[in-house]
Amino acid sequence: MSTATEQTTEQTTAQSERTTRTLTFAKAITEGLRASLESDDHVMVMGEDVGRLGGVFRVTDGLQKDFGEARVVDTPLAESGIVGSAIGLALRGYRPVCEIQFDGFVFPAFDQITTQLAKMHYRSRGRLQVPVVIRIPYGGGIGAVEHHSESPEALFAHTAGLRVVTPSTPQDAYDMIRAAVASPDPVVFFEPKGRYWSKGEVDLAAAPAEGILDRARVARAGTDVTLVAYGPTVATALKAADELAAEGTSAEVVDLRAVSPIDFPTVVDSVRRTGRCVVVHEAPVFHGVGGEVAARVTEEAFYSLQAPVLRVGGFHAPYPVAKLEHDYLPSVERVLDAVDRSLAY
Amino acid sequence: MKTDATGGPDAATQDVTPLVQLVAPDGSRTADPEHAAYRERVAHLAPADLRAMYRDMVLTRRFDDESTALQRQGELALFAQGRGQEAAQVGSAHALAPQDHVFPSYREHGVLHVRGVDPVDRLRLFRGEDHGGWDPAEHNVQLYTLVIGSHALHAAGYAMGVQRDGLVGTGDAARDTAVVTYFGDGATAQGDVSEALVFAAVNNAPLVLFCQNNQWAISEPTSRQARGPLYRRGEGFGVPGVRVDGNDVLACYAVMADALERARSGGGPTFVEAYTYRMGAHTTSDDPTRYRERAEEDYWRRRDPIDRLAALLRSEGEWDEEWAADVEAEAEALGERLRTEVRALGAPPTTAMFDHVYATPHATVDEERAWLAEYESDLTEGAR
Repeated sequence: MSTATEQTTEQTTAQSERTTRTLTFAKAITEGLRASLESDDHVMVMGEDVGRLGGVFRVTDGLQKDFGEARVVDTPLAESGIVGSAIGLALRGYRPVCEIQFDGFVFPAFDQITTQLAKMHYRSRGRLQVPVVIRIPYGGGIGAVEHHSESPEALFAHTAGLRVVTPSTPQDAYDMIRAAVASPDPVVFFEPKGRYWSKGEVDLAAAPAEGILDRARVARAGTDVTLVAYGPTVATALKAADELAAEGTSAEVVDLRAVSPIDFPTVVDSVRRTGRCVVVHEAPVFHGVGGEVAARVTEEAFYSLQAPVLRVGGFHAPYPVAKLEHDYLPSVERVLDAVDRSLAY
Repeated sequence: MKTDATGGPDAATQDVTPLVQLVAPDGSRTADPEHAAYRERVAHLAPADLRAMYRDMVLTRRFDDESTALQRQGELALFAQGRGQEAAQVGSAHALAPQDHVFPSYREHGVLHVRGVDPVDRLRLFRGEDHGGWDPAEHNVQLYTLVIGSHALHAAGYAMGVQRDGLVGTGDAARDTAVVTYFGDGATAQGDVSEALVFAAVNNAPLVLFCQNNQWAISEPTSRQARGPLYRRGEGFGVPGVRVDGNDVLACYAVMADALERARSGGGPTFVEAYTYRMGAHTTSDDPTRYRERAEEDYWRRRDPIDRLAALLRSEGEWDEEWAADVEAEAEALGERLRTEVRALGAPPTTAMFDHVYATPHATVDEERAWLAEYESDLTEGAR
């Protein structure tokens, strides 16, 4: 008996080792999509060039070969058509995952997303569900031309009825895309394209954590200042925290994971302990997610604050030319500068 | 095409050939050989079927008149009249099979009547009590869509889903399924309708795009939406089109039956232009005297679709006074029911504004619902 049990344990361990692989961020999403396509035959992938080409970032590489043209669909080059027809497919019981090729190209679909997708469940008093996922590679730093580096997440977070999420690690990317596909709500899934080629360990066997689309993650514990980040800026905040540690300042990094809803309890709990808060995102600061976080922290942790909540992010200018983007994006240095100002307050 | 000084069409004198017409405005059946195939489509319709269509058109008009009156009395916030379009709606809807799916705009009261959507439920939206009002699954009729043309894409996607379900071209009339989207001449200018044509065409989806050209998009005549005839809109997309006399209920039935069969059998999408007229205002907030001539309205009043079917029934000896009186009594009863039940519709509780924003809990919605409930309960205790 005991021998048999030991053998089973050994097998499980071996299996678990086999299911943990080093993957790029992009490939982690591919594997998440693959798992979703395997587990539910109503899941579909649709978008421009997602089939034979595997997407311009190769995130859907190999999926059409494995799941066929009816489930991994090369669509016409029409974003409103992609999302609008995905709504119809969802009404028929399918679970479409739409790829928008780049952030700046989502706007032809903005009407369908905000007036239709976001409101179907509400309009029908819950009789209709539209479990559509809209994947959008977003963010800058890749030396691209206009419309290829933007961060429009606040525009979607401002619309009730949408869940708006963005992973920052390959493991979260793998888990969150599966959770997004499984969600009965429409999910706008922002993928930090500048992180597509970063690598990490991904456990392919574990189920996504309960509530992963609602809960922030403390990416690094600290005591002196809270850095709130999401998507591409989590790595920036972690680098800043490393430098701060070398200077003797202990920074806590909170990865929001979702900008709708925002896990305020995790953020507020952190700020109550540290007394200082700096929010970092690539999107323009003006009317951005950081303003929402700052307001909420002020409302709920006013007496814990040692300094005003500061924001580091893009400027109220169109995303600039590639030659200037590194002065536009929130760098480690600008995060450190904000932390210095907070500490000196 | 003759146009008036402002560039708008003089609808009374527009050239609308070719036009599928099976019953002439005087109620006589047409006999032109080119529409013989469409005549075949209605050959099986017995006098009882024609009378059923007449009844549906009369009830649709009574719904329209009663709803307009309720709006004037302050019982509805708004109403979009369908007067004049009864043949296009009732005729096309009579050709639908139970399993077919309808994606309406917001003026398709006649289609909804034929599909069995309760008339009181149809007014919840206009009452300001509900954004929808009925269960789309019950009669395979989706909710009204107010953003012009958006739902054409939903219909195209739904039709792609029907294909994936293997319900096209099986040869089983009880299973093969078509999807219909109804929209107007104004919607043809929207990009979403063009994209719906693209998606339906490249997927060969079982979709009928049924455009009711009622000549007016609020104040803008069709000439401000399109230079060419609308029925040809699908050609460049690879979608065949047909123009039908939208005030001829039999022609609308025939053309729709043809398009539906094509869709169900795997023949792909069809664009139908039903040439008709919006006899009423765009909505109860509109004033057509500001932009169109009385003469034009008179022209179309003489082509009333209900009168035309009545004339056909009379000329064929199928008009029965007792039956006609029953239809009138039924219309009276419908009016009475609307007057009573619409007035009795209450307002939802305040916190219902938070219901169904999401299918799963969302922290912001939950917090704000709790906050408002507490605020309102404080108010009752005298707080400001």
